[in-house]
Amino acid sequence: MLSSNAVAEPADLAAVTPSPERLARGPVAIAECFQQIPCDPCSWACRRGAIPPFVDLNQRPEIDWELCNGCGVCVSACPGLAIFVVDLSRDPAVVRLPYEFLPRPEAGATVTLVGRDGCALGEGRVQRIQDGRVQDRTAVVWVEVPADLAMAVRHIRFGGNGQ
Amino acid sequence: MLKQTHKFFGSRRQHAAMRGMDIAAAMAAEAMQAGVEVWLEATVLGLYQDGVLLVQQRERVVTVQVARVVIATGAGEKTLAFPNNDLPGIYGAGAVQTMLHLYGVLPGRRVLMVGAGNIGLIVSYQLLQAGVEVIAVLEAMREVGGYLVHASKIRRAGVPLLTRHTVVGALGTRFLTGVVIGRLDDSGGIVPGSERVLEVDVMCLAVGLTPAAELLWQAGCRMAYIPELGGHVPVRDGRMQTTVPGIYVAGDVAGVEEASSAMVEGRMAGLAAAWDMGFQSPQYPHLWAEAETELAALRGGPVGARIRQGLAKLAAVRAREVAAGA
Repeated sequence: MLSSNAVAEPADLAAVTPSPERLARGPVAIAECFQQIPCDPCSWACRRGAIPPFVDLNQRPEIDWELCNGCGVCVSACPGLAIFVVDLSRDPAVVRLPYEFLPRPEAGATVTLVGRDGCALGEGRVQRIQDGRVQDRTAVVWVEVPADLAMAVRHIRFGGNGQ
Repeated sequence: MLKQTHKFFGSRRQHAAMRGMDIAAAMAAEAMQAGVEVWLEATVLGLYQDGVLLVQQRERVVTVQVARVVIATGAGEKTLAFPNNDLPGIYGAGAVQTMLHLYGVLPGRRVLMVGAGNIGLIVSYQLLQAGVEVIAVLEAMREVGGYLVHASKIRRAGVPLLTRHTVVGALGTRFLTGVVIGRLDDSGGIVPGSERVLEVDVMCLAVGLTPAAELLWQAGCRMAYIPELGGHVPVRDGRMQTTVPGIYVAGDVAGVEEASSAMVEGRMAGLAAAWDMGFQSPQYPHLWAEAETELAALRGGPVGARIRQGLAKLAAVRAREVAAGA
């Protein structure tokens, strides 16, 4: 259960996942933020108004997937590292995930794809990495994954710290 | 704050999404720019009722007469009683953070974290970032105490969370070589046969904080025992002033809470002390209302329930005292 092992269950995920049609259309942000905590940087990081300002600081983000274009600014703005961008319009699919370990993976590197429970799910290729001033040391790694793993891969391993 | 390398929660007004260490630097710069004189490596040894502070700074000891004082000494770590808990290799989470972030020293190679509150989860993550293996996080409660997003970060990095587990004892003669852990039953005892040994060279205790209120005790501030706030906390009015006029409090010493609330309380205590000294800025009502709104928002959700309960108890204690005094 989420509250005891911190791994989201299918029912938790269903509530925060865009429709298959939206997912197929292109990159979109998914906030795996399941607990009401006092935190709202995602809402003011989004420049498209796709995460509207919070009425209550403790509310959970509600992403408007029609306004969201999957730009990914929220991925490194989220202090909880709980936002991911999934792009199922490409083959292979691309998952963009927050990454705060050293060394950073390099574009083109083959990495182990990891699920929410820390288990290896296969191998994927790093497409690119965003690691500039905007990301403020929370790098955003773009990793190519098989389409059927796009909603499962949330971390990568390739040696180095945090592995 | 200097040891907090993660991006902070909260709202923009409390610098959310900035890393704790960067917030500390920004706030220090702001204070310096405002002309605040900062004494580093200075310890307050005593706080006396006539408003005299005894301060040791490196080789010198001086007394300082103050008109008002804000005590923001924070909190100290609680510990856990188990056989051999004095073996080298057993640390509090604060010590581990100090080694990692101030001195750049790894505490060991394989760590068992005890406590799945925010501190245990955050320090586990920092250990992983430093290249240390965290073999598990132990938690006596049924559920993770800290934010789920912090727990999920270390889960996907492969760290197991063992809820309903506790430490039975530490192994080793000259230093820690392992920890015996056991599963807890419904009455809080160890399930027979559930004990097992985890081979580790570090055990990190993150089992809660208690206000570092020694100076307040010494100054004669009335204290109340409020478990929801971490133990003995000063009885205070709505303006952060203790029962000793001129002594104000802010942050964990006033009740263990999150750093974002501590920043707001600090602003309030400063405003109140300045006002009481005659610096009655016309901006005061606005700044005060703003701070109160921020605190209410930070404490307003489900994770703030315990704090709200503790503060209500504290307010009741104060109301009784005021009534008795009047």
